[in-house]
Amino acid sequence: MSIYFDHNATSPLDERVLDEMLPFLGAYYANPSSIHSQGRIARNAINIAREQVAELVNAHPSQVIFTSGGTEANNIAIKGSLRGMSLSAVACSAIEHPSVRDAVKYFDGTIRNGEFSVDSVGYIVRDDFKNTCRQEKQLLVSMMLANNETGTVQNISELTQIARYHGHYVHTDAVQAVGKMPVDFANLGVHLMTVSAHKIYGPKGAGALIYDKSLDIEPIVHGGGQEKNLRSGTENVAGIVGFGKAAALAKSELEKNQKYLVELQQYFEDRLKQLPNIVMFASNANRLVNTTFFSVSGIAGETLLMQLDEYGIAVTSGSACASKTDKPSHVLMAMGVDNQIASGAIRVSFGLQNTKTEIDKFFGVLIAQLSMLGLVSTEA
Amino acid sequence: MKLPIYLDYAATTPVDPRVAEKMCDCLTMGQNFGNPASRSHQFGWEADDAIKNARKQVADLINADPKEIVWTSGATESDNLAIKGIAHFYHKKGKHIITCKTEHKAVLDTCRQLEREGFEITYLDPEANGLVDLKKLEAAIREDTILVSLMHVNNEIGVILDIEAVGEITRSKGVMFHVDAAQSAGKVPIDLKKMKVDLMSFSAHKIYGPKGMGALYVRRKPRVRLEAQMHGGGHERGMRSGTLATHQIVGMGEAFAIAQAEMASENERLHTLRNRLYDGIKDMEEIYLNGDEESRIAGNLNVSFNFVEGESLIMALKDIAVSSGSACTSASLEPSYVLRAIGRNDELAHSSIRFSIGRFTTEADIDYSIKLIRDKVEKLRDLSPLWEMYKDGIDLSKIQWAAH
Repeated sequence: MSIYFDHNATSPLDERVLDEMLPFLGAYYANPSSIHSQGRIARNAINIAREQVAELVNAHPSQVIFTSGGTEANNIAIKGSLRGMSLSAVACSAIEHPSVRDAVKYFDGTIRNGEFSVDSVGYIVRDDFKNTCRQEKQLLVSMMLANNETGTVQNISELTQIARYHGHYVHTDAVQAVGKMPVDFANLGVHLMTVSAHKIYGPKGAGALIYDKSLDIEPIVHGGGQEKNLRSGTENVAGIVGFGKAAALAKSELEKNQKYLVELQQYFEDRLKQLPNIVMFASNANRLVNTTFFSVSGIAGETLLMQLDEYGIAVTSGSACASKTDKPSHVLMAMGVDNQIASGAIRVSFGLQNTKTEIDKFFGVLIAQLSMLGLVSTEA
Repeated sequence: MKLPIYLDYAATTPVDPRVAEKMCDCLTMGQNFGNPASRSHQFGWEADDAIKNARKQVADLINADPKEIVWTSGATESDNLAIKGIAHFYHKKGKHIITCKTEHKAVLDTCRQLEREGFEITYLDPEANGLVDLKKLEAAIREDTILVSLMHVNNEIGVILDIEAVGEITRSKGVMFHVDAAQSAGKVPIDLKKMKVDLMSFSAHKIYGPKGMGALYVRRKPRVRLEAQMHGGGHERGMRSGTLATHQIVGMGEAFAIAQAEMASENERLHTLRNRLYDGIKDMEEIYLNGDEESRIAGNLNVSFNFVEGESLIMALKDIAVSSGSACTSASLEPSYVLRAIGRNDELAHSSIRFSIGRFTTEADIDYSIKLIRDKVEKLRDLSPLWEMYKDGIDLSKIQWAAH
């Protein structure tokens, strides 16, 4: 039986979500833009999902734009608002997801762009941030609410206040945060927020951009005018319905889920800390309840990954989106972690179906590996 | 018989149960739910294998190399990626693009956007049969033309363009050729080893696959280059970033494989059904077939019922789900721009109905529809003073309704 500890990469679909989606892969197949009664059934289902997603992040349904996923929402947020409002500069933190960093870098040579440095646990350096906000005229700032690798939760509302004070716009990528902590669009004060379905036990291929409607956003996909002209193309009805249900469940079961995940994380980290040569990243930061990022000095990350895989335990060395490359995590590099330690990094991200027994099995493999290298003497 | 009868397969199709079954294998715990970009464990590798298989299934239907397939969220995104991608990459070579007035909004709106960015677009007029005259196309190509974008099959009137012939022209002139094949894949044979098409857009939900899924064919030899429109992660060889939705992709692959296996027999069946429908209504007075009668896909019938208002007819025909114009523009009350472009006047454009039939349409559905159409059109015309005037032979030449 395989053990999946990589929920920040993607999560399995909740069976209850599947049940909601199935009718839309079956009897309710019409195009939501069709005016016949069957089309209106599909349209109605999308509207319900819009309310569910809005409720998850305390936004108004009219602020929700459905997209094909987090990457597209990030691209619309950044490129769309830069172009739509002719902003003069864009900056993100150095630990953003590639879809944000690449969208920012896309403007190389046309619009001033840059990255905010972070401290050793991944918090954006305040003075650096303030200075940039002071210097720029019309800036778009993009900062993720919770980091996908370390789980570090950024103090977005405070940083947003600073940015807003200087008249700037703020986008937050909340893909990893929703479902694991309360996320409140209105309260954070940001103008734009990205969420994704497949990180919260919903389907892949569905995401949303939550936006402040006073913004002028230029679409990046044209034709048809769906989603208030901000995202054309026939809606992925089943995907959107699944997203809605996943959002509703994430909202209603948040406390229960958090409690369970914290318990797993605590159990895992207590055991981890007893071992020698362990470096835990961002361990003192305000962190997501399911994420632990660490390195075992003396063991190459790749070796450990392979060893774990052999026992059917799935973890990763960084984010899935960058896992093709052999480069050490850009997040750890930005945090000033030693190159060699960063190269050995292992990320464990728990989900609701994981158990303590699975964690025990993980440590069985890890300790065997350590003892083979003479780092621990006997079985713990 | 289950009502309403669905005759709107050009707007979207139901997911084939065989497709849905494959999709469901890629969703939940214990199944193939991993992120295909995960390179460090079995969950990721299995998802990646499923995607490789689907890539081959899609490529096989169009006789292309799997490496030439780029996954997208649908044909609209594919059209955007193809046209803007080419425009932004090759703008130093020229800033002129040729398309046609009857293209899908995904192409037309993208071209409008490029106009705002300083590109020049030629919108060709189609002939009365709905197709572009290739001589006129050739004459429109200029020194600074970088791209020709034309659809294979029109979504409203179902006419089929000879893209093989167009490809000969564009290739000989050194111009890129993009084809929106959302309405043709699985309905018309496509051979990209033979056809000199450089980019081709596909949709899954038009051929019994899932909504929210599409692909763009990008030719490797001679190599076509694109500027990505969505950045981050570098999926799809840098041309389209974003987590690949395994179940969606697997669904599209299966839909394409089924289409390949069944296209020939299915086309024959649809042809018979479509002719049965047309034969059942064509003796009615003042009805007009829109689009070429010969060069058209088996599943499409687009007819204008003169002196009947399209929207009221759709409401009267509520037992059958049809559309007037494409679904994407049907929320607006504008007459179909496609029918206007082929020379139909406002009245005829307003009175058009698109019947599109497909895999689950039966003979009984058609017979029921014929009876209903005849009945409702007659009723609506009975209420129409215009119809009465026409029947009385009043002043028709002056009124010019039927001036087509």
